[in-house]
Amino acid sequence: MSVGIAVSLAACADSERGEGGDGDSNATLTIAGSGKPKNFDPIFNDDGESYRPIRQMYETLIQNKAGTAELEPALATKWEVSPDGKKITFTLREGVKFHDGTDFNAEAVCFNTDRWFNMKTPAAQSQMIYYADVFGGFAKNETEAGGDPLYAGCEATNPTTAVLSLNKFRGALPAAFTLTALSISSPAALKKFNADTVSQSGDSFTYSDYATKNPTGTGPFKFQSYDASNGTTTLVRNEDYWGEKAKVAKLVIRTIESEPARKQELESGAVDIIDYPAAQDWKGLESKGMKVEVRPAFNVLYMGMNEKNPKLKDLRVRQAIAHAINREQLVKTKLPEGAEVAKNFMPKTLDGYADDATGYAYDPNKAKQLLAAAGASNLTLKFYYPTEVSRPYMPDPKAIYTSIAADLTAVGIKVEPVARPWNGGYKDDVQQAGKHDLHLLGWTGDFNDAYNFVGTFFGREKAEFGFTDKAAFAQIAAADAEPDADKRKALYEQVNRDLVGKYLPAVPISHSPPAIATAGNIDGLVASPLTDERFAPVSKS
Amino acid sequence: MLRYVVRRLIGVIPTLFVLSFLLYAWLRSLPGGPASALLGDKATPEKIAALNQTLGLDDPIWVQYGKFIGRVFTGDFGASLASSRPVADELADALPATIELAFAALLFAIVLGIPLGYLSAKRRGGFFDNATVIATLVGVAVPVFFLGYVLKQWFAVDLGWLPPSGRVTVGLDQTRITGFLVLDGILTREWDVVWDSLRHLILPAITLGTIPLAVIVRITRASVLDVLNEDYVRTAEAKGLRARTIRNRHVLRNGLLPVSTTIGLQAGLLLAGAVLTEKVFVWGGIGSLLAEGIEKRDYPRLQALILVAAMTYVLVNLIVDLSYALIDPRVRVR
Repeated sequence: MSVGIAVSLAACADSERGEGGDGDSNATLTIAGSGKPKNFDPIFNDDGESYRPIRQMYETLIQNKAGTAELEPALATKWEVSPDGKKITFTLREGVKFHDGTDFNAEAVCFNTDRWFNMKTPAAQSQMIYYADVFGGFAKNETEAGGDPLYAGCEATNPTTAVLSLNKFRGALPAAFTLTALSISSPAALKKFNADTVSQSGDSFTYSDYATKNPTGTGPFKFQSYDASNGTTTLVRNEDYWGEKAKVAKLVIRTIESEPARKQELESGAVDIIDYPAAQDWKGLESKGMKVEVRPAFNVLYMGMNEKNPKLKDLRVRQAIAHAINREQLVKTKLPEGAEVAKNFMPKTLDGYADDATGYAYDPNKAKQLLAAAGASNLTLKFYYPTEVSRPYMPDPKAIYTSIAADLTAVGIKVEPVARPWNGGYKDDVQQAGKHDLHLLGWTGDFNDAYNFVGTFFGREKAEFGFTDKAAFAQIAAADAEPDADKRKALYEQVNRDLVGKYLPAVPISHSPPAIATAGNIDGLVASPLTDERFAPVSKS
Repeated sequence: MLRYVVRRLIGVIPTLFVLSFLLYAWLRSLPGGPASALLGDKATPEKIAALNQTLGLDDPIWVQYGKFIGRVFTGDFGASLASSRPVADELADALPATIELAFAALLFAIVLGIPLGYLSAKRRGGFFDNATVIATLVGVAVPVFFLGYVLKQWFAVDLGWLPPSGRVTVGLDQTRITGFLVLDGILTREWDVVWDSLRHLILPAITLGTIPLAVIVRITRASVLDVLNEDYVRTAEAKGLRARTIRNRHVLRNGLLPVSTTIGLQAGLLLAGAVLTEKVFVWGGIGSLLAEGIEKRDYPRLQALILVAAMTYVLVNLIVDLSYALIDPRVRVR
């Protein structure tokens, strides 16, 4: 099983659709995820477990073509960006209705965008993480952490045309309109169920009836119920869906946190699809007649080097470290099949990827020479790695740490390991306090945009890297601000070359493909690099 | 008797206060706070600072504790960071699940454990006795997590006899009244629910009940052996009383006194086992809440759970003492 096979499987699934073999239309499809959804209002969420049910109930203006990160029409059939990048005109699909029977139209789109921009209370604003990320700020920022708003307004020029105005061009748009967070809700339902009410309750927040009991979108499945005690969401087919209707009558999404338990559920036939099977189980599952769909890798794992440490401020030392790591070996032995050594800090499929960026071949002698030249032969470094966590780009942090630490020791660098629980101090120590010298971290992309990777990491000063090069920040900002697609691509290619060759604030390690597994009688699942799987075309026989 | 109960109850209050403050302060001293948990992977230092201010997390610890206790008295434990549901609602859902499981496990342990221990004692040194002693050793030693995983692999995955997880088959219509599914099924006469939830209970109950079972067997055996050697048993035998009368009146009545204490203590310890059992069997009870709470650093939920666990432990101990007092009048007099 390789990524190649999975990708071609995905392609077959595409062509099989609609050629019969649609399975049992009364079937219930059961999916096991690894965590409970937070709530069902797209705008207040930022995690995959909440998005899994939301993606089946809601639609965005633009979506990702199945199995890729390419844009394709969804609720908008067409979109046009003005030359200065400050106006986006959406032509909307006709004949679409929300689950509550009200019409989807340009006014509904503007109602949603206005709602996001005008959201009140610090509680609500703090939970609109993707909105704030893309649109900068709100009509009135309730806390000082708010940024400059990008949104200037929305006008429904006729029922099928919505014109969005921005204060300046932003490279992330229009691709960011594929973000599940920016799904379109029914204005009537938003009003009826007081969607904007986010209340503080002790140290946390509670959400309105809209977010918990009445999510209302336009998607192929409708909300039926949520059993909060075991995290089971039940959705039913939307018989009035504008497009091809769902192949199964009911979709049940269960929460099964433990990975071995998910595997047992699939093997016993209690569930049809499980997410994130462990890489070492892929072959075993396939030998028992299950299908393992490997998602194309849309992530990156890197090892950061904190330049707050004066020794690491020296480029030669960072280059020495890059040469010291045997990444080929690491990828082969510690990462799932299909994983690749990373050359850039973003995946190949994105515009702006530079295939000719400096590679740092495994060369311990060169590493030693560079360290000696920099007068850093007796280097001791605090190497932070997380515990109690497994991320798609980093299935087993300790194994990865061990491999890299051995390589570094081999060139004479003394490594002091510091293990911290992911939610219990790792992110705080590394991303806020910058207590480390070296650390492991990574990222799964949100949408098809280079800034979402390199800008997120290196677009500004961060405690994580101690990287302070103003020229680099300006270079990244200039690429993001360039409205011309070809020019932007060229600028990002240069950014990627320089990040690895000139600045090297971190060592790009790998891209790893996460998987999703299904029972043998399940057809039509297309694994998505963005984990943006849609279950409407999936059939069960 | 009533004065005894009241005195014991009042004695519990300061214990709970001190315990809750210590645990609250300890939780707060751990790295990674609610703000970074709420903001997820995209948190920036500025946003975390702003949220800390919004939530009042930069107040002194006693101010935060005071607010917390104030809310607890109105039944408000705050909302969970992981699920954003009120923690009180989560507890209301999870408590019956755990009690149902613990009850089934304890029932399994008692119904099987007392006769096994008794028979083992009666046939001391024989094959049955030796086999039982060895089995109980194994029972105590096998980790709950491993046992659950193996049972599930055999009976649910390989043989397909029992469901692998959950409390009831997904999609089965059921009316919930008390939250105890078996009881609810009986009350509403939904016999399919009763049958289905009983089937779901078997594997987790055996998993959770194995250690208490082993402990009960051993204690019963030891205690019955002691009693069998007592003069009054020999006297009874000499008087020619029927074997059944001797067993029920003399041996069991006296032999079970230490066993009841053990059962109480085991009931208190069940929560620890439930954390693992519930995780393996996706049970959706207090144990699952606790496990998820620790993993996600869900402070509001952990605070409430620890408080409830402490209260439960204290209460169970109280009940044990009271039952002791009922069985043995001498305790009351003292």
